[in-house]
Amino acid sequence: MAKLDLSKAKYAKLKKFIDENQGETCGLMPVLHQAQEIFGCIPIEVQKFISEELNVSVAEIYGVVTFYSRFSTEPVGEYVIGVCLGTACYVKGAQKIIDDIGSKLNIKPEQTTKDGKFTLTATRCIGACGLAPVITINDDVYGRLTPDQIPEILSKYTDELEGE
Amino acid sequence: MKVKIKIDGIEYEVPSHYTVLDACKEAKIDIPTLCFLKGLNETGACRMCVVEVDGARSLQASCVLKVRDGMKIKTNSKRVQQSRVTTLELLLANHNKDCLKCNRNGKCELQDLAERFHIKNIYFDSFEKRTPLYDDTSFSIVRDQSKCILCGRCITACEKTAGMSILTYIHRGFEAVVGTGFNYKLEDAGCLYCGQCINVCPVGALKEKTHIERVWDAINDSTKHVVVQTAPAVRASIGEEFGLEIGTRCTGKMVSAIRRLGVDKVFDTNFGADLTIMEEGYELLNRLKNGGELPLLTSCSPGWIRLVEQYYPEFIPNLSTCKSPQQMFGAVIKSYYAEKMNIDPKDIFVVSVMPCSSKKYEMNREEMERDGIKDVDAVLTTREIGNMIREVGIQFTDLEDEDFDHPLGEYTGAGVIFGATGGVMEAALRTVADILENKDLDEFEYEAVRGVEGIKEAEVEIGGKKLNIAVAHGGENAKKLMDLVKNSKKQYHFIEIMGCDGGCVNGGGQPYVKANVRNTGIDVRKLRANALYEEDTIKQVRKSHQNESVQRLYKEFLEKPNSHKSHELLHTHYTKRELFPIK
Repeated sequence: MAKLDLSKAKYAKLKKFIDENQGETCGLMPVLHQAQEIFGCIPIEVQKFISEELNVSVAEIYGVVTFYSRFSTEPVGEYVIGVCLGTACYVKGAQKIIDDIGSKLNIKPEQTTKDGKFTLTATRCIGACGLAPVITINDDVYGRLTPDQIPEILSKYTDELEGE
Repeated sequence: MKVKIKIDGIEYEVPSHYTVLDACKEAKIDIPTLCFLKGLNETGACRMCVVEVDGARSLQASCVLKVRDGMKIKTNSKRVQQSRVTTLELLLANHNKDCLKCNRNGKCELQDLAERFHIKNIYFDSFEKRTPLYDDTSFSIVRDQSKCILCGRCITACEKTAGMSILTYIHRGFEAVVGTGFNYKLEDAGCLYCGQCINVCPVGALKEKTHIERVWDAINDSTKHVVVQTAPAVRASIGEEFGLEIGTRCTGKMVSAIRRLGVDKVFDTNFGADLTIMEEGYELLNRLKNGGELPLLTSCSPGWIRLVEQYYPEFIPNLSTCKSPQQMFGAVIKSYYAEKMNIDPKDIFVVSVMPCSSKKYEMNREEMERDGIKDVDAVLTTREIGNMIREVGIQFTDLEDEDFDHPLGEYTGAGVIFGATGGVMEAALRTVADILENKDLDEFEYEAVRGVEGIKEAEVEIGGKKLNIAVAHGGENAKKLMDLVKNSKKQYHFIEIMGCDGGCVNGGGQPYVKANVRNTGIDVRKLRANALYEEDTIKQVRKSHQNESVQRLYKEFLEKPNSHKSHELLHTHYTKRELFPIK
């Protein structure tokens, strides 16, 4: 499981964002995006903080967080691998892709590697059907994938980590 | 302005602000609805109320569709009928169809629809993805997700009436359920236990924690002396359990019926209410005289107490230390009455009949017992006492009126109006004014604090003193008022707040009013409150301090209001409670 960092500095960063964007309509979504980015997830502590800042109930926030698969309540890995299981990707073999990534990393979908580097998640259609089957690793997109490309793609991230 | 429309080929002229549902009602067609609650939940989500509209591709939800001039509507086409039946079958597929064992059996809106549409087979298998939660951990409210049809009525009631938003849809699609933040138990999720969610639930997904069994056990235990107290708001609503019109006052029949359940004494919580006024009235006078924390906040409503403890803990010093009438009454029964009757308090079983779900929580608060003996042993809601009376077969509507037992069944008009918003304030003013003026004033009706307006304010002059008072009801209004006080925008001396919208008459333990009745535009709060104000006017004694039994209680036992003994028995304290504690 990846480590959760709830340091004061991170709360300060979120608070700054909230203060700077006050008065915007529908303030909750952008704040949740920020929180997800800053903390890597939106756990109860952070939801309570947002609840007080925005005067929105925890239940309401939790409802939104559980509605969108982009938000999570538990820490995710440094790299989130999203495998699109939308219709187009699925017929182009996405199931094999997600199975292979899972066995290579030794985790099941929606789990995080022990070292906290990778989280594997199945997503709904990400709107890149022309590239099917497609996966995303954080902000990088890999399309027209075949299972044999997987080791090379993953090594980019493991190597990068080791090089740091 | 009016518009011309055609419904099923017949022309009608209706006001232009009408929805198609309103128009159909006027055309004497009862469109089925499920999620729709007028003015509260208008989302068009359940699709039961669909109709065909000329020119529209898909069927339209009539509850949220406004009429247009020239609109042609079909409510009786095969397409409409089939759609409604399919919707119902899909709802039933995921519904726990344990109807015979369900507390809503015979009172369920989903059951009504299944009957109306002659559902014989349900062609779909359950497609539920989660194990439904059954949560009976709270003292008040039980949640059974297996019965939930996701109509969202509880969510809206919690948001708009209770003002709490502690329930919401969580997850999505097939996995969606109604739940609390992070699935916390109601106790920690900010719930007031006001039960407004129970009142609007069309099925058995939300209910009160029943105490019926333990009451039967006590009645059948020959060593127990069973004493019943009935709250003011119950007499205004219990008739509905037996088919009488909303707002029918049934004080005498209620007493007869409860006596026939086999209990030993039937007393009135109103006695406790009168006692509360004595204690709270003197507390107010004390605080005014000696510079105590102001505004003084009333403490009769356990839902409101939970609101303060969880959301406004900084106002705990402002809360009156008086226990609620229910608890005061229980404490008096197990001390004064026990002594007088020479019964060991351990052998007395106090049952309260309450319009309230939160009272079940209140009786379980740790402060509400002495030497391991609880003030109150069971709380029955109006619905539960209705069930018990029906179970025994007592023909409620045919009963003769009977009187409460004495001495603790004596009460004044001031005690009766406790059940409506503004009632506690008015009762207190009646007493405080007399004390300050030192005479029996003829003018004691305070119209300004009556009625269902969300927040009522008034300046009253009593004994040469000007008092700023305010009354709020329902969590949403309570929060608005407290925010005003918090931001020091308003200076008040005395504030009455009730956790439920309309006060106890609309409490979470009151008889179900089905949506099709509610949606006709009647105001249940007003109708029931009228019954109480009516009883007030016919009472000989209408001021709490003139209640002779209360006077005798002080003379024989408590000495005087706010005495050492009354503090020991009739007063309490409060605790700040954390929301969503992290374990």
